[in-house]
Amino acid sequence: MAEVLNMQNISKSYYMGEEELEVLSKVNLTVNSGEFLSLLGPSGSGKSTMMNIIGCLDMPTSGKYLLSGNDIEDLDETELAFIRNKEIGFVFQSFQLLPRLSALQNVELPLIYAGVSSAERKERSLNMLDRVGLVDKTKNLPTQLSGGQQQRVAIARALVTEPTILLADEPTGALDQKTGAQVMELFEELNHDGRTIIMITHDIGIARHAKRVVNILDGHLSEQEVQ
Amino acid sequence: MLLESIKMSYENIVRNKLRSFLTMLGIVIGVASIIALITIVQGATNSISDQVTELGANKITVNVMGTPLKQGLNQEDMLNISEEENIKGVSPTISGKTGIIYEGKLMENVTVQGKNDVYFNMDTSLLKTGRPINILDLNSKNQVVIIGSDIIKELYYGVDPIGKDLVINGTSYTVIGTLNPSSGFSMGSNNESVIIPYTTAMRSLGVKDISSLDVFLEDTALADDTVTDLKGVLNPAFNYKDNAYTIFNMGDMIESFESMMSMMSLLLAGIAAISLVVGGIGIMNMMLVSITERTMEIGLRKALGATPKRIQLQFVIESIFLSLVGGLIGLVLGGLIAYTAAALIGIGFSLSIATILLAVGFSGLVGIVFGYMPARKASQLNPIDALRSL
Ligand SMILES: Nc1ncnc2c1ncn2[C@@H]1O[C@H](COP(=O)(O)OP(=O)(O)OP(=O)(O)O)[C@@H](O)[C@H]1O
Ligand SMILES: [Mg+2]
Repeated sequence: MAEVLNMQNISKSYYMGEEELEVLSKVNLTVNSGEFLSLLGPSGSGKSTMMNIIGCLDMPTSGKYLLSGNDIEDLDETELAFIRNKEIGFVFQSFQLLPRLSALQNVELPLIYAGVSSAERKERSLNMLDRVGLVDKTKNLPTQLSGGQQQRVAIARALVTEPTILLADEPTGALDQKTGAQVMELFEELNHDGRTIIMITHDIGIARHAKRVVNILDGHLSEQEVQ
Repeated sequence: MLLESIKMSYENIVRNKLRSFLTMLGIVIGVASIIALITIVQGATNSISDQVTELGANKITVNVMGTPLKQGLNQEDMLNISEEENIKGVSPTISGKTGIIYEGKLMENVTVQGKNDVYFNMDTSLLKTGRPINILDLNSKNQVVIIGSDIIKELYYGVDPIGKDLVINGTSYTVIGTLNPSSGFSMGSNNESVIIPYTTAMRSLGVKDISSLDVFLEDTALADDTVTDLKGVLNPAFNYKDNAYTIFNMGDMIESFESMMSMMSLLLAGIAAISLVVGGIGIMNMMLVSITERTMEIGLRKALGATPKRIQLQFVIESIFLSLVGGLIGLVLGGLIAYTAAALIGIGFSLSIATILLAVGFSGLVGIVFGYMPARKASQLNPIDALRSL
């Protein structure tokens, strides 16, 4: 299996005045294509910090990070934007849909930045909405959708560019148990179809849906074997 | 990509209709005042210089105060002047006021002007009916008269005056022509005058000298040279005495008038430009508010792959869009104001392409200048901070 993500001795510190707060310390992580990995840890353990670095929204203080073979350190803002567009599909806890755009328009957003023509954009977005079971809600605004449906729109948006990694931060955090389980089922299906997924959660029940669970505590990673 | 940005800008502006409108108001007022002021001033300038030109841009007027020894010009001086270069003709004016009588009806205080053939040749639109004064009339000092429109109304109402008689200062004259009513400038109006051959006038009004002379030019561009030539004739004639005469060059006056008016346009446009800058600051303010409101949206767009350039372009386009729409509304409004004002004052209205381009260009520029800083700020937002702001 090809290696899509490789982190070597990644550290991240925040500075508050004189004081240094090390949130990640010398983290090593390798993820291969087709894996479904969950990053499990309590609040404040550094999960979102990890997610920001993986998603190229933030830079590590030290260490080497290769995403699909690209050394992130070498890239400027514009190149990082292209990497985010091409390699990463974000799913956020609070969905982050643009409230004034319809479900379809929200899904189309990353394709606009990928420079895809309007006709192709529409076709690909409709296909993806169909894939997440929302083909009859394409014209709805986010406020006209349930929480579970909104998260499906967000997942469709994350997948529409065919990214290397689907990166989800607490994707079920704002959903009730039943809807959360449905989203997890969708993730399992997507992974079954070959999608690489990294999911961040503090909920061990949710983490168990992944094939591989990595614990994070005070900025240190430890691998745990699951059956 | 540009199209997408324009579409997004349009949607964002339509979404906040009232706020967008209030923001645009500054630009609307700025552009409207520029357009209105420039158009009105231009219209006024054109109307006035048209009227002045009608009076004769191709003409130099010599007014003689005289010296104790020589009170005015005589026919010999006139001849000398007309022999100079670039001179088409010379027309003297002798004028006085007297009463005139037709069939027992008296009109008092009528201006009697003595003129020659040149006066009528230079402006063929003067004469309405009949014939002008000719050389024969001048040589024989004929008792003929051409009458102004007000005289016709007063004395010849309902009759054709040609061939009728008119008593001027106790002497009987024959009416040979009538003048077209002249409009506007009271200075040049002949409406209340009667015109007779100047030779006749000199005799009958008891005038010995000519005190005013119009010199018509072949080429207006050479007016300055001709003025020098005239001085060359007049100075020896008055024995080099100071203040014996003045030379009035109409072309000079039109020139200085026009440069004064264009200075005025510039000044007014400058003042209006200040209001455009104020409008621009309004737009900048709205853009900054809009960026603060849409921080999360900007962060999300960046996470989804929008480059900083792309975000910047989006906001600059939004700002240009706002100010251009404001500029177009201002253009229409300013045009309407100018049109109404022109109709009320009675001057010409013409909205020049240059003025339109100026307004559109200026408002576009305001959009770029005042949109740049907020857009740059938006493009530099950190996506993590932006996303967290929700
Ligand atoms: N910008 C920042 N400046 C300073 N400290 C920060 C900053 N961002 C995060 N931290 C700190 O880093 C630590 C890890 O934060 P992080 O958001 O990664 O936690 P988390 O595991 O995602 O927690 P949660 O489950 O509550 O979301 C926390 O102690 C937090 O206070
Ligand atoms: Mg977190």
